[in-house]
Amino acid sequence: MSGNAIEVKNLTKKFGKFVSVDSINFSVKQGEIFGFLGANGAGKSTTIRMLCGILEPTSGDAFVAGYSVKTEPDSIKRNIGYMSQRFSLYDDLSIEENIEFFGGVYGLEGKKLIERKDWVLESAQLTGKETTLTGLLPGGIKQRLALGVAVIHQPPIVFLDEPTSGVDPISRRSFWELIHILSGEGCTVVVTTHYLEEAEYCGNIILMDAGKIVAEGTSSALKAQYIQHPVFEIETDSPVELMEKIEKAPFTVEISLFGNKMHLAAQDTFSTVSEIGSALEKFGAKNILRIDRIVPTLEDVFIALVDKKGK
Amino acid sequence: MKTIIHIVKKEFRQFRRDPKMFGIILIAPIMQLLFFGYAATLDVNTVHTMVYDRDNTETSRNFIRDFSGSGFFAIDYVAKNENEINEQIDKGNILICISIPREFEKRIERRETAPVQFIINGSDGNTANIAAGYAGVIAANFSKNIAADILGRQGKKVLPTGQITPEARVWYNPLMKTRFFMVPGIVAMLLSIITMLLTSLAVVKEKEIGTLEQLIVTPIKSYQLILGKLIPFAILGFVSVILVIAGMRVIFGIEVRGSIIFLLGNSFLFILSTLGLGLFISTISKTQQQAMMIAIFGVLMPMIYLSGFTFPIENMPESIQIISYFIPLRYFMTIIRGVVLKGTGFAELWGETFMLGGMGLAILLLASMRFRKKLE
Ligand SMILES: Nc1ncnc2c1ncn2[C@@H]1O[C@H](COP(=O)(O)OP(=O)(O)OP(=O)(O)O)[C@@H](O)[C@H]1O
Ligand SMILES: [Mg+2]
Repeated sequence: MSGNAIEVKNLTKKFGKFVSVDSINFSVKQGEIFGFLGANGAGKSTTIRMLCGILEPTSGDAFVAGYSVKTEPDSIKRNIGYMSQRFSLYDDLSIEENIEFFGGVYGLEGKKLIERKDWVLESAQLTGKETTLTGLLPGGIKQRLALGVAVIHQPPIVFLDEPTSGVDPISRRSFWELIHILSGEGCTVVVTTHYLEEAEYCGNIILMDAGKIVAEGTSSALKAQYIQHPVFEIETDSPVELMEKIEKAPFTVEISLFGNKMHLAAQDTFSTVSEIGSALEKFGAKNILRIDRIVPTLEDVFIALVDKKGK
Repeated sequence: MKTIIHIVKKEFRQFRRDPKMFGIILIAPIMQLLFFGYAATLDVNTVHTMVYDRDNTETSRNFIRDFSGSGFFAIDYVAKNENEINEQIDKGNILICISIPREFEKRIERRETAPVQFIINGSDGNTANIAAGYAGVIAANFSKNIAADILGRQGKKVLPTGQITPEARVWYNPLMKTRFFMVPGIVAMLLSIITMLLTSLAVVKEKEIGTLEQLIVTPIKSYQLILGKLIPFAILGFVSVILVIAGMRVIFGIEVRGSIIFLLGNSFLFILSTLGLGLFISTISKTQQQAMMIAIFGVLMPMIYLSGFTFPIENMPESIQIISYFIPLRYFMTIIRGVVLKGTGFAELWGETFMLGGMGLAILLLASMRFRKKLE
């Protein structure tokens, strides 16, 4: 096997005439945490399902752990763990029964099974609660358990499809800690998410939109590449009004709304809060409560990219 | 093999926690047995009867006594005039009125034909027929007896003339109890419900919650998944068959006359087809509700009607009779009734056995292939 855990070559999936994944190419290095970002319907799940051998690609191919998804899906299945977007354990089985079932299916038995069971329980902080019904667990803990079960057979690669959606921020944090532990043990983790800030936890990321990859790289490289201008966060009472007002202003490069705040990417000549403040005032902008210079987030990158495409 | 056992074990653990399943498997057999055994019987046990005796003589009273003594006719009303007959029939209080004209006794003494009128409420044709049949038999016996009586009084012996008296004797079900006919059919119905309906529900449920996708990513082979899913329901099916056979004996005293092993063997052949159908239904439904609808209204009901469970196949239009040859339940129904009521075995039923086995294998194979294709 080369240094890459996953190689994707012109992978395409069509549902009828609808192109869900449009000839994408990328590779994932061994042991890295690889993030898959994109809005609803971007094609993240479809891509992951092809990589797991659940869906057959319409054209193109991908190699997972060195095996082709087209011709050797069975070999892939022995080398990966997968957590689907929907909850993937049995609610009507106890924690222990779920672990034993999936462990058994992956061929674990005897001492090995006990050892791995203890590991899963520990990592989900469920030691001592083996007989609790899985359906009764709170969302965050359930997801940790599901992750533990997905890697019970210690696969070299694990795919996690939106593992943290609908989970509270604290649980999300501890979930990501678990992902980092796995990665530290040499496991390659491919993870999709809606939460752009989670991409900061990843090594390389891919941004998908409408079946295509629109950007890829590390989070800081992406920011450096796509946001070359100073970014200011402006808080206001009437954001929509203000946005319309300054959209076409000479100092505006890019503007986007986040609730009652907006992010303004300004021309390079405006590098401080006071410089942009006076420019705004001169332009007749009203109702501004606060202006801060900020480090751009991936959200800014994403909006910049999707915006560019729209133009 | 181990993988299959893991799936079967998991499936049983899930049953244990599902009261609905438990109900279907343990309560349903008993309920159905009682329902079809007691309530849905097509027999006429008590015929509510009215008499309108205008003769009012010893002979006419004897005639009526023959009816009340038969055990079938309960003389609930005595009419005083003709209007009352209409009234009670319209109200549905009586099924039959025995109307004896004046001069009944006199005519008999004069050795004339003495007409008696039976007015029968025919709104339930089946029951009316049976009641008319009973009444006819009683009247015939009565006239035979008076004939013998009169001859006897005259000092003549009743000669055994060359008259042919057909004495129909119904075999296998001597009392013509529908129950005996229905109850074995329940075994077949229950097996269909448990193996087909529950199988499809169990598979679709996994599709619905998303665990099926999780299973596909594991190294489980599709044949292992299919077997792991089907075996538990086959076992449950057999448990309920044994429950019903035991219940049949304990509650109704119906014993299996033939070989129970032959019966169980055929039950196995039968569930090949129902498991296959269940699997097939799971491939065409997205939700459990949909699966339930298709299983009950799309497969189970037509299957039961066309199997001869309630209506004899011989009475159906020819085109429908032809369709019924493609219904596995038809063969199983014949087999199970044969084995339970007549004690027949492979020698008589080999044709049905082969049809059942052949169709079962074919259906299960096709369904498995479709299921497999859908998975990948
Ligand atoms: N089985 C299918 N049949 C038809 N269309 C499908 C199917 N699966 C997915 N699609 C379509 O493909 C597109 C991409 O779906 P996909 O689930 O991959 O998106 P996603 O990026 O995972 O979105 P989300 O964030 O909502 O999970 C969507 O428009 C979806 O409707
Ligand atoms: Mg998705």
